Amino acid sequence: MSTMWNDKAPVAAAPSAAAFDAWRVRADFPALRQTVRGRPLIYLDNAASTHKPKVVIDTVARFYSEEYSNVHRGVHYLSQLATDLYEDARRTAQQFLNARREEEIVFVRGTTEAINLVAQTFGRSKLGPGDEIIVSAIEHHANIVPWQMICREKGATLRVIPIDEHGELILDAFEPMLSERTKLVSIVHVSNALGTVNPVKEIIEIAHRHGVPVLVDGAQSVQHMPVDVQELDCDFFALSGHKIYGPTGIGVLYGKKALLDDMPPYQGGGDMILSVSFERTVYNDVPFKFEAGTPNIAGAIGLAAALKYFRSLDIAAIAAHENELLEYATRKLEAIDALRIIGTATHKASVISFTLCAVHPHDIGTILDQHGIAVRAGHHCAQPVMQHFGIPATARASFSFYNTMEDVDALAHGIESVLEVFT
Amino acid sequence: MDEIRDLYQEVILDHNKHPRNFHKMENADSTLDGYNPLCGDHYTFYLRFDGDVIAEVSFEGSGCAISKASASIMSAILKGKKRDEAERLFELFTGIVTGRIAAEEHIAELGKLAAFAGVAEFPVRVKCATLPWHTMHGALQGENDKVSTE
Repeated sequence: MSTMWNDKAPVAAAPSAAAFDAWRVRADFPALRQTVRGRPLIYLDNAASTHKPKVVIDTVARFYSEEYSNVHRGVHYLSQLATDLYEDARRTAQQFLNARREEEIVFVRGTTEAINLVAQTFGRSKLGPGDEIIVSAIEHHANIVPWQMICREKGATLRVIPIDEHGELILDAFEPMLSERTKLVSIVHVSNALGTVNPVKEIIEIAHRHGVPVLVDGAQSVQHMPVDVQELDCDFFALSGHKIYGPTGIGVLYGKKALLDDMPPYQGGGDMILSVSFERTVYNDVPFKFEAGTPNIAGAIGLAAALKYFRSLDIAAIAAHENELLEYATRKLEAIDALRIIGTATHKASVISFTLCAVHPHDIGTILDQHGIAVRAGHHCAQPVMQHFGIPATARASFSFYNTMEDVDALAHGIESVLEVFT
Repeated sequence: MDEIRDLYQEVILDHNKHPRNFHKMENADSTLDGYNPLCGDHYTFYLRFDGDVIAEVSFEGSGCAISKASASIMSAILKGKKRDEAERLFELFTGIVTGRIAAEEHIAELGKLAAFAGVAEFPVRVKCATLPWHTMHGALQGENDKVSTE
């Protein structure tokens, strides 16, 4: 298993792996220093949300202490300063994703809002009766429900690329699904429930051959691998700030400018207009057309600090370290007889979903918590995935670059103690 | 780890492993689903009445040890109880798992239900323990829609 950080060239266990010092970067994260239930915190719920480096916390605090004002409207000093910082944050996100233009970066609350925005604007204006949207069987509910809502409204159909027993897409089934009725493919880059890394570049190439645009849900990918939206040639890309070491309530929708220009506004209000009268309102240009009302200014600035922090680390070394964690944890957990790993794709991010014979994931989670180990237990907002594997839920350990081999040992030890309670 | 032993008492582990009355009931007077959307616990409860008395309770479905043991023990305890007795136990049980009522003061009345007193130390698990009871309560109240913890 390897963490795939580029669709064409999976990274081999890079020599820089040894150079990555998880203990050193841990010092950047104040939350990791705490004890939980009398034990040092072992945080393995990074796919749900990541902790924040001090530079992000400090940036947000400084903004509110010294630089705060509303954006885009004041002539006074602080308003100009806040506007500059907010628009700088947009450029940071643009560079991070290698978008061609900064107008292609729309600030949203997170991936969920990004997908809803595309569903309610692009979807609403393009879909008609009989049209189709294609998603996959390993989507998060956030990439299912917005499409169901707009499909129901428009009489369109949601179609699903199937997966196999490893949790990999059956790609051969995909191309025959495309037709002139297909208006969009919306696909997850990395599965939150299984860790599967989807071959999104290949999917985009296939879809584009049929003239169909593609949205990539990057909520679980950008924190593990470099993403270049021009290289991928995706039409939309969505990410959540809080999963890449930034604040909650901020995320990015990237969209190709021609598509964004063509889409009607999302919400109405201030900032998204050029002029308003009761007879006629002229909408602002992108990205402002999609950012009605006062935005999450501090969130965007905090996100920029997180992206800069992340970029300052050696991303190839991060990928190699996370891959080592994944391989080590997979080995350790596979050695436990009663344990079954759910999701065994060839290309996985550092996410391990598992079940324990006769022990419900919630009981696993509760007992691990008493050891100070934070994992996720449940359906991970991906109930169709659970249905595919015939299970109600899994326990999930998801690793960040700040996790260590010792964390994996603690997890394995914790699982043994779960089994002791239940046997 | 004492809290873990308080939560997962022997009687709870036993009922989880060997749930009693764990089957479908063909001639049920009342059938109601209980669902916890947060964790996916999902059970169907069957009640058969003999006048004012609950003649039989059974259930099927899946969920965590706490919810399954709670369902199993509830099914055993309610058999032969009158409706108002069942409602009284519902109040008592939800009281002890939320910490509103001290279990020690009702030991005789609670019987095996006292094993769930440890749940009060685990707020996120309260809904697991109460799901079967809320569903049963809903059935007694004549609800015929699914009972959800959310």
